[in-house]
Amino acid sequence: MFRFLLRRLALTVPTFLALMFVTFMMIRLVPGDPIEVRRGERGISPERLAELRHEMGLDQPILKQFADYAWGLLHGDFGVSIITKNPVLQEFLTLFPATVELSICALLFAILIGVPAGVIAASRRGGVYDQSLMGLALTGYSMPIFWWGLILILVMSNTLGLTPVSGRVDLINYYYPSVTGFMLIDSLLSGEKGAFLDAVRHLILPTIVLGTVPLAVIARMTRSSMLEVLEEDYVRTARAKGLAPYRVIGIHALRNALIPVVTVIGLSVGSLLAGAVLTETIFSWPGVGKWLIESIGRRDYPALQGGIMLISSIVIVVNLLVDLTYGLINPRIRHAR
Amino acid sequence: MSLLEIQNLTVEFKTGSGWFRAVDGVSFTVDAREVLAIVGESGSGKSVSMLAVMGLLPWTAKVTADRMHFEGRDLLGMGKAERRKIIGKDIAMIFQEPMSSLNPCFKVGYQLTEALKTHMNMDKAQRNARAVELLRQVGIPAPETRLNSYPHQLSGGMNQRVMIAMAISCNPKLLIADEPTTALDVTIQAQILDLLLKIQRDTGMGLVLITHSMGVVAETAERVSVQYAGQKVEEQPVKGLFKDPHHPYTAALLAALPERAHMKRLPSIPGMVPGQFDRPQGCLFSPRCAYATQLCRTQVPPQQKDLGNALCHYPLKDGVALGHPGKEKAA
Amino acid sequence: MPVDASLPAVAGPTAPPSPLLSFWRSFRENRGAVMGLVVVVFVIFVAIFAHVLAPHDPLEQFRGFTKLPPIWVDGGSWTYPLGTDALGRDMLSRLMYGSRISLFIGLSVMVVSMICGVVLGLASAWFGGVTDVIILRIMDLIMSIPSLVLAILIVAIIGPNLTNTIVAVTVVYLPRYVRLVRASALTELSKDYVTAAKVSGVGPWRLMFVTVLPNCLPPLIVQAALGVCDAILEAAALGFLGLGAQPPTPEWGSMLADSRDLITSHPWVMALPGIAILITVLAINLMGDGLRDALDPRLKKS
Repeated sequence: MFRFLLRRLALTVPTFLALMFVTFMMIRLVPGDPIEVRRGERGISPERLAELRHEMGLDQPILKQFADYAWGLLHGDFGVSIITKNPVLQEFLTLFPATVELSICALLFAILIGVPAGVIAASRRGGVYDQSLMGLALTGYSMPIFWWGLILILVMSNTLGLTPVSGRVDLINYYYPSVTGFMLIDSLLSGEKGAFLDAVRHLILPTIVLGTVPLAVIARMTRSSMLEVLEEDYVRTARAKGLAPYRVIGIHALRNALIPVVTVIGLSVGSLLAGAVLTETIFSWPGVGKWLIESIGRRDYPALQGGIMLISSIVIVVNLLVDLTYGLINPRIRHAR
Repeated sequence: MSLLEIQNLTVEFKTGSGWFRAVDGVSFTVDAREVLAIVGESGSGKSVSMLAVMGLLPWTAKVTADRMHFEGRDLLGMGKAERRKIIGKDIAMIFQEPMSSLNPCFKVGYQLTEALKTHMNMDKAQRNARAVELLRQVGIPAPETRLNSYPHQLSGGMNQRVMIAMAISCNPKLLIADEPTTALDVTIQAQILDLLLKIQRDTGMGLVLITHSMGVVAETAERVSVQYAGQKVEEQPVKGLFKDPHHPYTAALLAALPERAHMKRLPSIPGMVPGQFDRPQGCLFSPRCAYATQLCRTQVPPQQKDLGNALCHYPLKDGVALGHPGKEKAA
Repeated sequence: MPVDASLPAVAGPTAPPSPLLSFWRSFRENRGAVMGLVVVVFVIFVAIFAHVLAPHDPLEQFRGFTKLPPIWVDGGSWTYPLGTDALGRDMLSRLMYGSRISLFIGLSVMVVSMICGVVLGLASAWFGGVTDVIILRIMDLIMSIPSLVLAILIVAIIGPNLTNTIVAVTVVYLPRYVRLVRASALTELSKDYVTAAKVSGVGPWRLMFVTVLPNCLPPLIVQAALGVCDAILEAAALGFLGLGAQPPTPEWGSMLADSRDLITSHPWVMALPGIAILITVLAINLMGDGLRDALDPRLKKS
């Protein structure tokens, strides 16, 4: 087990290094550096421009810049945003809870509906439930989520007036300090009446939009995994004991069928964050996805570099953890290592 | 009254290109305290017919029978919930692959006590005590610790013992063993067979032993039913069958036993059991039969009532094919 | 006592069907897949003959007829069956021309990733060692960056236009193809028929592309169908963010983005391009599912 862990960790090191280099180089390749962008500003002198360039180290040879950058990263220094002048790490950490909160809610939404839907479809194979559930799942899987978000806003907010259109909190009526960065928790901590409900209402639409594709993937995966497991000998054994179908399906089959599903869920963190970029843009959700898109527009190199580094590192680490915890649900692997 | 009584059982599977008949009009009975062996090659439908009794066939299967009674109760007619009260309690089954027949995600103890929880009115302590007793009964050392093992931590022979313990946990009246030794090491096979027979003698249950090995049949069974391509081709008490097989297929199976070979090379039956696409018109065994004539290839053979119900135009008696026109004409 | 070999073979009731026929049979059995196929054929037809079928030029602005509703809403007109957008351009014509762009993106991404994926995947499986490690690490790297962020980044570097959208989306989805080809090639390489081919002196090129590759095809074909969908969706997302095809190109994603402001006043302008994307992608996915079920013998009914 320990050697396995070491090997997996060793494998991620070159990926990290390459990631550092690639993000750094790619961002240098973006046409128009942030100083160029400011050239149009009125009253800015060439001397001032050169000064700014020097301040940001942009006049250094590119390899020197990279070495400085890598050195900084190793010390937890992700640079300073050109636009806001705040440390990138600090900015990221301020916005990250919003993304995490949204992602967790979306994932929970997807799992709580997707797994039962898949199980029902598999146990009613070929029937009406199976066909309609899987039809819906495929529709969700094919959904352009930016459009889905707009349609939901149109129906739920504009027509029915059920949910707010954007943001995480109604700033006019509620103000409470950010303690954890998670609105659901902060609003409860504030003790303000209605604050929690307000936070929930803000979360509903983004959760549905971000959760739709994972929901479809989980439902389809659960179904096919269940169908495979239901053919297994041990399911036949369970049925041969005269157990009720809910025990055969819900305990004997599901436990085994969930092994690949959990892996899929774990490995979907990357695509979840990709979806978060769109979702956050649509709903003006103040998370890292929206921040990244804005940084590209503002040519905020350090923010982009740091942001992509951080997000990708999180994806790599989560995937690693998924691999390692795989054994927890699969005893055969747990003992083999 | 017989324990299990089956008349004219037919099982068909829906496939991409029509219905495939895996079991074709099979009838037999099993009495209490009796060991019935069902013999045949792979693909002869012997497992399928017993799975049909258990109600364990997949949804693509269609089961029909004139009669399928257990202790006089109609298994096909009763509701699913009612049937589940019999399955696992009064009729139990063990399978060919002990390694894959146990759920890899649950401990042996959990799987062992599950049937007790469902069918017997026992509390947790009683169930655990019973589980230990069962494991001891099937000859597993240190049963208390084994309860906390996962199936993959045990050997194939151990797992099959666990399977047997699970099957007999509710004192079944009928035990169906589907090739219980095929997947095991040769050295373990005899142990498992002896264990099964000992339990059968001790408890007085009926035992249906599905096997493809005539050797196993000789050591264990009282009555033998030979199946070929979904049909029962012969049924006899074991002594009579070995002494005077009436169907050419039975004769060929017996001739393939090493103990019986009187040639230098072990005789074999050429060809394979017909599948969905090469089912012959007349007698299903005719393409492989040494005695086959034009009649065999075109006409479905009758059941020879006096000669072990052999399904043959020219049943063998003392090694002679009755009414056979002779070798020359056979070609 | 063998059976006389001269016996006339007894004809079975039916002969086993040929592989292609059996494939078509199981595909046809899946009603959804057939429906998907019909829709896909329809969309392809519209895309090819957009210049004949479209009632108007997709770029022509009818200034007197802006924001007309579709025909089934009061005030709709047969001249503009699906209405007009904020600049008075005919929605139906724009949607028809848009199918060209979306399908073109989807297919080009699929073809390019297929070729690169097969080459890299086979190279990875065949050479192993350093080549394998390098290719796999690069693919890991690509996969560790959230797909849309990477695509946006690439487009930001090389500039937003149609060709670059294709490049960006191809890079993002390449790892799936590479890993799939590598995995199935490795499985196949360990099989006996490959050993047999090696022993009989088949050269490495022939071995990889003629012996092994065809056996890796079924999952690759399915991945290709799904890849077209992913590409269409991703390209539309880029268009929506203003980083894909540039106006006035009638691309579905950017049409959606243009009409965002009209969401309350003229919802259909926003709804229609999305419906077009959804239907196209859904149809291809349905077809892909049918392909998978028909190609994967494990899932066949038996």
